[in-house]
Amino acid sequence: MHPAPSVILFTALSGLGFGMLASLGLGNPDVTGLSAFIFFALAFALTIGGLLASVFHLGNPKNAIKAFSQWRSSWLSREGILSVLALSIMGIYAIGAIFLGVRWHVLGATGAILSVATVFTTSMIYTQLKSIPRWNHWNTPVLFLSLTIAGGALMTGQVRCAIAALIIAGVIQIVTWYMGDRRFAARASTIGTATGLGDIGQVRMFEPPHTGTNYLLSEMVYVVGRKHGQKLRVIALGLMVVLPVILLCLSQDHFTGAIAVISHLIGVFVSRWLFFAQAEHVVGLYYGQR
Amino acid sequence: MTSLGTESKVQLGLVIDLDTCVGCHACVIACKGWNTENYGTALSDMDAYGEKPSGTFLNRVHSYEVQPDTGAAQTVHFPKSCLHCTDAPCVTVCPTGASYKRAEDGIVLVNEDACMGCGLCAWACPYGARELDKAAGVMKKCTLCVDRIYNENLPEEDREPACVRTCPAGARHFGDLADEDSAVSKLVSERGGMDLMPELGTRPVNKYLPPRPKDTGEEIDILAPLLAPVATEASGFLGWLDRTLEKI
Repeated sequence: MHPAPSVILFTALSGLGFGMLASLGLGNPDVTGLSAFIFFALAFALTIGGLLASVFHLGNPKNAIKAFSQWRSSWLSREGILSVLALSIMGIYAIGAIFLGVRWHVLGATGAILSVATVFTTSMIYTQLKSIPRWNHWNTPVLFLSLTIAGGALMTGQVRCAIAALIIAGVIQIVTWYMGDRRFAARASTIGTATGLGDIGQVRMFEPPHTGTNYLLSEMVYVVGRKHGQKLRVIALGLMVVLPVILLCLSQDHFTGAIAVISHLIGVFVSRWLFFAQAEHVVGLYYGQR
Repeated sequence: MTSLGTESKVQLGLVIDLDTCVGCHACVIACKGWNTENYGTALSDMDAYGEKPSGTFLNRVHSYEVQPDTGAAQTVHFPKSCLHCTDAPCVTVCPTGASYKRAEDGIVLVNEDACMGCGLCAWACPYGARELDKAAGVMKKCTLCVDRIYNENLPEEDREPACVRTCPAGARHFGDLADEDSAVSKLVSERGGMDLMPELGTRPVNKYLPPRPKDTGEEIDILAPLLAPVATEASGFLGWLDRTLEKI
């Protein structure tokens, strides 16, 4: 799949932002006043910035408002509704914490649940697609949620929680890669089943339907950079998990924390780039590619 | 609503005969011609006269080579467009309600006035039947020429999809696949019509008729013995030349 920068930014930043909001909603750290303002401003900047980035990949954004209508069937619609609900409730909670110096516990807990639920709906947009076997597995929501929790703990300075959550997220990431590499073969879709000609013999692309490229190839048969997949996985894991954990173990001052956060964020970007670039859509079979 | 309701009693679709298709791409052109002037926005081309032309098409013809275990390989031309699936994954993922499957005849359509161009339906389709138009920013797909098949302004013989109407080989058939007595349903049962990627559970309405098996009997050619080469070794002048040249 084409790793569109807008979608990578959206999923990575909003995942981190909603993780922060969940942590703040549960009172970790228990802040009010100016320090609360700084935390909430950062969390809202990440989530709203991420959501805005997602609008940039729409072909026809003027109809985006209609995306709130199909929550009965569409995960993307559910994500839209939940994100607005989560941000609204956390907004009210933030006003209380910043300006009134009070923490409305029930509101905060509700906002935290909605924030995590929003990330779950984001992950389900990918998980539901049978046409992309790598994503079509419980690995996807577990990975997204574990990264959100780890990122949220890291961003809100919950050091012990962050170390544990980062290590868990790293293990889940490795398991997801290992299992994901085997998903396409397990789905048993081949050029033979795609064309229905497999019963006759070995099927090979003889001539493509068009000499140039098209939307399908540029969007769903993206193969650039896959050869560096293993190296990028090591880089992603190192920046996303290993380096932040080492830094947090060594020192807990603000500067080290900031380096750990930046390292984690870059690692998540690399991991998310791979999430798209290594995902193979079955339509590639019609073109003799994957 | 993008939920798939109860299955419609009429399931209009195509039956494509892979034995008959000659790969002329006339259906591709007829489709683009009709659909760029009628339902919805035009099917745009990008850089049409430049170095890297590309464009939106609702129907494309692939060609495959199939090599059986024994015998000669065969070429199969393979037109591919929307299969109007019974369990259409493209419909349920749509967040805006733009994608829908018609209750009355099972045609899967996009309401372009509601489409926001997120492209998720194209991701959900295993068959590559949907293309986001680069100029209009909305999703385009086969409409089964919904503006032809019921169009009383057209002569009756034209009230079928443009691809079917134009096919010079008669490789494309249009009809109600839910009706067991329809011509298309009979064709499917006689010729072993098949689903594409049945393992994905989309239950396509469109069916493909596999190429008929090739003859495997001994080749009978009464003239062949008369054409067998007579001289195995060259003689005379050519023989001398052959031997001399070997020595050099």
